[in-house]
Amino acid sequence: MAVQLDDAVEKAAPRIGKGGAPPAGRGTGSRRSRVARGTPYLLLLPALLATAVFLGWPMVRNILLSFQTLNMKELIQHLTVWTGTGNFQEILGSGEFWRVTVRTIVFTGVNVVLIMVLGVLIGLLLARLGKKMRLTLSVALVLAWAMPVIAATTVFQWLFDSRYGVANWVLDQLGWHSMAHYDWVGTQLSTFFVITLLIVWQSLPFVALNLYAATTTIPKELYEAARMDGAGTWKVFTSVTFPFLKPFFLATTFLEVIWVFKAFPQIFAINKGGPDRLTETLPIYAFTEGVGNLHFGMGAAISLLTILVLLGMTAYYLRLTLKQEEDEL
Amino acid sequence: MKRSLAGRIWPNATAIVLAIGFVFPVYWMFNTAFKPTGDIISDVPVWFPVNGTFEHFVTAVNAPNFWTLAGNSVLVTVLAVGLSLLIALCGSFAISRMRFKGRKGILLTFMVAQMAPWEVMVISIYMIVRDADLLNSLVPLTFFYMLMVLPFTLLTLRGYVAAVPKELEESAMVDGCSRRQAFVKVVFPLLAPGLMATSLFGFITAWNEFPLVLVLNKEPAKGTLPLWLSQFQSQFGDDWGATMAAASIFAIPILILFLFLQRKAVGGLTAGAVKG
Repeated sequence: MAVQLDDAVEKAAPRIGKGGAPPAGRGTGSRRSRVARGTPYLLLLPALLATAVFLGWPMVRNILLSFQTLNMKELIQHLTVWTGTGNFQEILGSGEFWRVTVRTIVFTGVNVVLIMVLGVLIGLLLARLGKKMRLTLSVALVLAWAMPVIAATTVFQWLFDSRYGVANWVLDQLGWHSMAHYDWVGTQLSTFFVITLLIVWQSLPFVALNLYAATTTIPKELYEAARMDGAGTWKVFTSVTFPFLKPFFLATTFLEVIWVFKAFPQIFAINKGGPDRLTETLPIYAFTEGVGNLHFGMGAAISLLTILVLLGMTAYYLRLTLKQEEDEL
Repeated sequence: MKRSLAGRIWPNATAIVLAIGFVFPVYWMFNTAFKPTGDIISDVPVWFPVNGTFEHFVTAVNAPNFWTLAGNSVLVTVLAVGLSLLIALCGSFAISRMRFKGRKGILLTFMVAQMAPWEVMVISIYMIVRDADLLNSLVPLTFFYMLMVLPFTLLTLRGYVAAVPKELEESAMVDGCSRRQAFVKVVFPLLAPGLMATSLFGFITAWNEFPLVLVLNKEPAKGTLPLWLSQFQSQFGDDWGATMAAASIFAIPILILFLFLQRKAVGGLTAGAVKG
C-alpha cells in the first residue's frame, strides 16, 4: 500500500524541487567541475545498480523462462529446454486464460469504482464534520488502513466463519435465516463478496484521508464564488472540487487499479482461489500454474501476459504521465 | 451559513456508523483474542471480553518457531528499510538538487520500478535464488524487500530534499562547510520527519510481504511472520482464539507505528501537494 501514497502525492503534488536546481558544480576550475559532474551519477549508482540486479534481472529471467519448458524434471536436472512460443500458444489457445483475464478485469473494475466513489464520499464527509467527529472517523480510518494485510485477511475469515462468524449471526438475527451457518467460501460470488469487502475496507481510508487533505488545499474563495452563483453541493463538486483535484483523482485511480489488480494475499489466503479455482485472478492463476502445479515455464509466460494486461489497463495514465514529464523537464 | 437540524445530524450519524464499520474488524480481532474459548464458540456472539484471558496469546507465542520467525521478520524488515533509506537518500539528493544528463530517464526508471508486479515475478525470482543456492536464506529476502521499497523511498525523499531551502545549504557552504558537511549538518536534521514518514511505508511493505517468502523460504524456521500467520489457522484447526491472538501480535507493531507517525506521514506527504 505504501506504493500508493507516494504516487498519489507524486501526481497530486506538483514537484516542488524542480526548476530551482542550478547546474551542479559550475564555475570553480575544470578539475573540480569534472568531479562535480560525476557526483550525481556516483550518488545514484547504488540505487540504479540495485534496481538492475534485483528488478531488471528477474524481469529478463522471466521473459527467458516464458520461452522454456520447465517442469519438475527440467527443474531438478537443471535442464534448459527451449520451446519457442509453445507456452504462449497453449495459454492463449485455452479458454481458461481468457476467462481468468475477463474475471480479473471485472474484479478490478468493480473494486476500483467502489473504492473511488465511496472514498470520495467519505473524504467529502470528513470535510463537513466538526472537529471531534472528524478526529473520531479519522482514527477509525487509520486503524483500518494500518491493519496488515494478512492479519486483516485472517480477521475477515473469522468474521465470515460459517459456524461462529458474526456476519452470519447478524444476518440471521435480521431475519435472513437461511444465512445462519452460510458457507461464504462455498460459491464464487460469495467468496468474491468477502474479498471485495476486505479490499474496499482496506483501501477506502487511503482515498478518503488523502482526498480530505487535498480538499483543504483548495482556496476557499473558489467555493464562496460558486455558492454565490447559486451552485448546489453536486454542482460545487463538479465545478470546483473535481477540476481542481483532477490530478489527484487520476493518480489515485491509477494506483488503486494497480493495487487491486495485484491483490495476492487477500485472495490467496481466503480460499486459495477456490472454490474450483473460480476466484483466481491473473496473479493467483500464474502462481497456481507455475509454483503450485510445477509448470514454471508456463507460469512465467502467464505472468508476462499478466504484466501486459496490467500495462494495457494503465496505458492511458502512463502516457499522460510520460507527456507531463516531458513538458516539465 | 446555518444548516438545518437534519443537515447537521446526518453527517454525524453517517460518520458514527462508518467509524464503527471501520473499527469493527480490528476490535473483533482483539476481542476474540482475549475471550476464553467458550465465549468464542458460543451461539450468541459475546460482544465484550468480560472474562478476559491471555491463554490464546500464550498458545500463539508458544507455537513452533514463533520467536525465530518474529526475529527473522524484524531483522529482514529493519535491514531492508535501513538499506533502502541509505541508498535512496543519496539518489534523491542527486535527483532533486543536481542537474545532469539522463536525469529524466533515471527518474522514469524509478517510476516504472515502483509499479513492478512483484507478485507475478515470484517464479523467475525463485529460479534466480535457487541457482544462487540461497533458498531458505534471509539474504535474498532482505535485498528483494529493499528493492520493493526503494523506488517509493527515493521518489518520496526527493520531495522532502527539494523542500529544504537551497539557501540554507548554500549559506552553510559560505560559512566554510564542505558540501558533504552542509548536507550532514543542515539538510539531514531537516529531513528527519521525512525519513520517518517514508520509513513507515517501507516498514509496512516489508513487514507484510507474503508471496515471495511463500515461495523462497519453505523451511519452517526460515520464514517470516506473514507466512506463520497464514499457516497458523490450518495448523491449529479452528482455534480462532489463538489465530486472532496471533493476528494481534502481528498487527500491533504496525498499528502503534501508524498511530504515532500517521499525522506526520499524511501531513508530510501532502505538504508537497499544498505548495505546488
